[in-house]
Amino acid sequence: MAPPNRRPLDGIRVIELTSERCALAGKLLADMGADVIVVEPPGGSPMRAYEPFAGDEPDREQALWWWHYNTSKRSVVADLDQTDGADDFRRLVSTSDVVIEAEPLGRLAALGLDWSQLGRAAPSTTADAARPSAEASRRNERLIWVSITHNGRERPDPPATDLTVLAEGGPAWSCGYDDHTVPPVRGGGNQGLQMACHYAVATLMAALWWREDSGRGQLIDVSMLAAANLTCEFATYFWLNQQVDVQRQTGRHALPQISDPTQVRCADGRWLNTGVPPRRGPEFAALAGWVDELGLTDECPYSELLKLGEEYEQIDILHLDADPLGAEVFGAGRDTVNFLAERLGAHELFVGLQSIGLACGIVYSPEEMLADQHFEARGFPVEIDHDGTPVTYPGAPYKFSATPWHATRAPRLGEHQDLLAD
Amino acid sequence: MIGPDHRSPVWPKPEPGALAGIRICDFTGQLAGAGATKILAALGAEVIRIEDPVRQGRWDILRGTQPFVGEHRGIEAGGSYNNHNAGKLGITLNLRDERAKDLLRDLIAASDAVTENFAAGVMERLGIGYEAQRQIKPDIVYVSNCGFGADGPYASFRSWGPIAQAVSGLTFQSGLPDLPPAGWGYSFMDHTGAYYMAIAILMALYHRKRTGEGQWVDLACIEAAGTLHGAASLDFTVNGRPARRSGMPNSNRSQSPAMAPHGIFACEGSDEWVAIAVRDDEDWQRFADEVGEPWAGDERWRRLAGRLAYEDELERLIGGGTAKHDKHTVRRRLVEAGVPAAPVLRPSERIDSDPRTKDWGLWVTVPHSAVGDTRVEGLPVRLSETDWAIGRGAACLGEDNQYVFGDVLGRSHDEIAELEAAGVI
Repeated sequence: MAPPNRRPLDGIRVIELTSERCALAGKLLADMGADVIVVEPPGGSPMRAYEPFAGDEPDREQALWWWHYNTSKRSVVADLDQTDGADDFRRLVSTSDVVIEAEPLGRLAALGLDWSQLGRAAPSTTADAARPSAEASRRNERLIWVSITHNGRERPDPPATDLTVLAEGGPAWSCGYDDHTVPPVRGGGNQGLQMACHYAVATLMAALWWREDSGRGQLIDVSMLAAANLTCEFATYFWLNQQVDVQRQTGRHALPQISDPTQVRCADGRWLNTGVPPRRGPEFAALAGWVDELGLTDECPYSELLKLGEEYEQIDILHLDADPLGAEVFGAGRDTVNFLAERLGAHELFVGLQSIGLACGIVYSPEEMLADQHFEARGFPVEIDHDGTPVTYPGAPYKFSATPWHATRAPRLGEHQDLLAD
Repeated sequence: MIGPDHRSPVWPKPEPGALAGIRICDFTGQLAGAGATKILAALGAEVIRIEDPVRQGRWDILRGTQPFVGEHRGIEAGGSYNNHNAGKLGITLNLRDERAKDLLRDLIAASDAVTENFAAGVMERLGIGYEAQRQIKPDIVYVSNCGFGADGPYASFRSWGPIAQAVSGLTFQSGLPDLPPAGWGYSFMDHTGAYYMAIAILMALYHRKRTGEGQWVDLACIEAAGTLHGAASLDFTVNGRPARRSGMPNSNRSQSPAMAPHGIFACEGSDEWVAIAVRDDEDWQRFADEVGEPWAGDERWRRLAGRLAYEDELERLIGGGTAKHDKHTVRRRLVEAGVPAAPVLRPSERIDSDPRTKDWGLWVTVPHSAVGDTRVEGLPVRLSETDWAIGRGAACLGEDNQYVFGDVLGRSHDEIAELEAAGVI
């Protein structure tokens, strides 16, 4: 697929110091047109050693982590601990709009390569303006510097991973099983790293907007711990408003009280998230109609109650205690879904229920989602050329009508080293 | 609807933020939509949230549902609603009425972007799809956000957070072997869909600022979610190895990158846990030294391959140790030794007992016209020149009608009173 001729971030150059903590931020920008130059240490980014590898052979050019998180970027090697490498980095920064880094706190400052040394200084004073120093003239006034750390640049920087961020940041408390002798669960996919990147990119876009008129860059200080804390939904709102802790529950919302299950295992062994069972008359009618179409009306023990359900405008599920019949009818709707699950595969049940207006979701594995006809039809899976071999990737997170998302393969180590020859 | 106290904006305006000057004509609700424009509002955009006066704004199920603010009840007291809409203006428009549509046309003409997270097709039915918006303002940025997106075989399917998580693979990828999917115990994709929506709005606005070109962004929350486990997806498309296989998922362990031990272990007390991640052989040595027990010196544990081969046994040994200690003690000892470790914190602990979130200013107290001072979430970022600010709580239903219809759209007091009496606003 040819790259689109216009992109939102055309002409924006980003220097990214490679790290698992900021790679997604760079990817989001690169796939929308920014020229993202990822700076790797000699030997390559640590991500190049992450499992799994294409062909399962450890090889720094074959790490699938690297492939996914570094699409559309260019790579140069620079050893920041050496004078030459530090100079290369300084020169790159002086020609760039944005720096993204997640280095251990203090490392860059010790090398003379931090925001405070390369970006515009803290709000300038008259005295500074009166005697411009050689150093000040090297500063890039328009530079925006995105720094992702454990908890901001002024607080301790303990050893941490995705797991520990999700544990002390809150998400893990809400994820797991009804049985609390089973540990809380880390949601999969390194989301603790990704949460901070999402906030980093949204904030960076705001800073780019502001720079258009002001001409001034700035420092964006991103806390991974804070980002996780802000991605916990009800756990946080119940505490802020009611001072009550939620408890985790299998495959559904953590709440102060134990709620009804929302996952059912279907005849093919796959699971379905049943959403909220029917509550309104027309929903009961539609469900009964589908049971009938399937020829299961006589076999379904809830058919009579479904008929009663058709009389309801809406069952008040928050006050079922006050309406025993309503409770029974509501239960019959849920039981009918379970009855169908014993007889149908998860995909048939998912499409069938959705087609009669009942919101539910099949629990797909990642590869099953990519292969689904709906996402195929929308062009979500994309083929990215790897030197003649097409590889299928998850594609655009959003479809821009005029300036579409577009990705190319991740760079080989130092593939664009000639950038440093300028 | 409009009380006498709300004749004009009553809140002090914070310092102009990065997005000062941007006006958003905002139909979003719940978290997947409202969460996006909340971020924009905190960064300085003027977000004008539109609600239906006939249904008292209850299209947004979070208006007037639990958790309520303290003892308050009713449509102004939904704690989630009040969080997601802090910092925004609120107006009412009964779009069944042509006069309301006139007001909306004027508002779109005066706005930079239109945002919504209705089901697919709703904006078209209201007569304000993208083409209609372009007729009003040719360079408008329009960002829609729904589960399955605007087209495709499932375009009519309905979705919310847990469904988006299920269909995208996120639910599947979160759990322990031989158990049902644990998934995410909350609407993770409502948060994350909102993040992608905020990014999309700002990228489209930035493009317009530099080129004058508007556009429509069709955001399908499930597709955004489908990008969030890329290495697992590629393991299938490249290596043919499905995530649906024996022993998987096992998301407390780390397969990508491979680390061991890596898990969540019971500590002293009830439902108390600590997370420990040994990243490499050097971490292991530090860990073993700190544990100081004979079992930790076993040669099998010195290299990653051995720790992976006997991971079940290793986890039992570690769990036997952590069970005798307080989770904070385990954390402190391991972190001081240089090994990543953290307690699993309850909401009460991380919000009110963890000084790190308070120091950051993460929980912001804002004034709300109906329920008084409430605490809402801030942002996990600090900007050196144009920091974020949230100056007010969520608007009560129609609270800013006077300001928006009067000051912004130039309608007179009398006209606004008439529109209100006629149920148009």
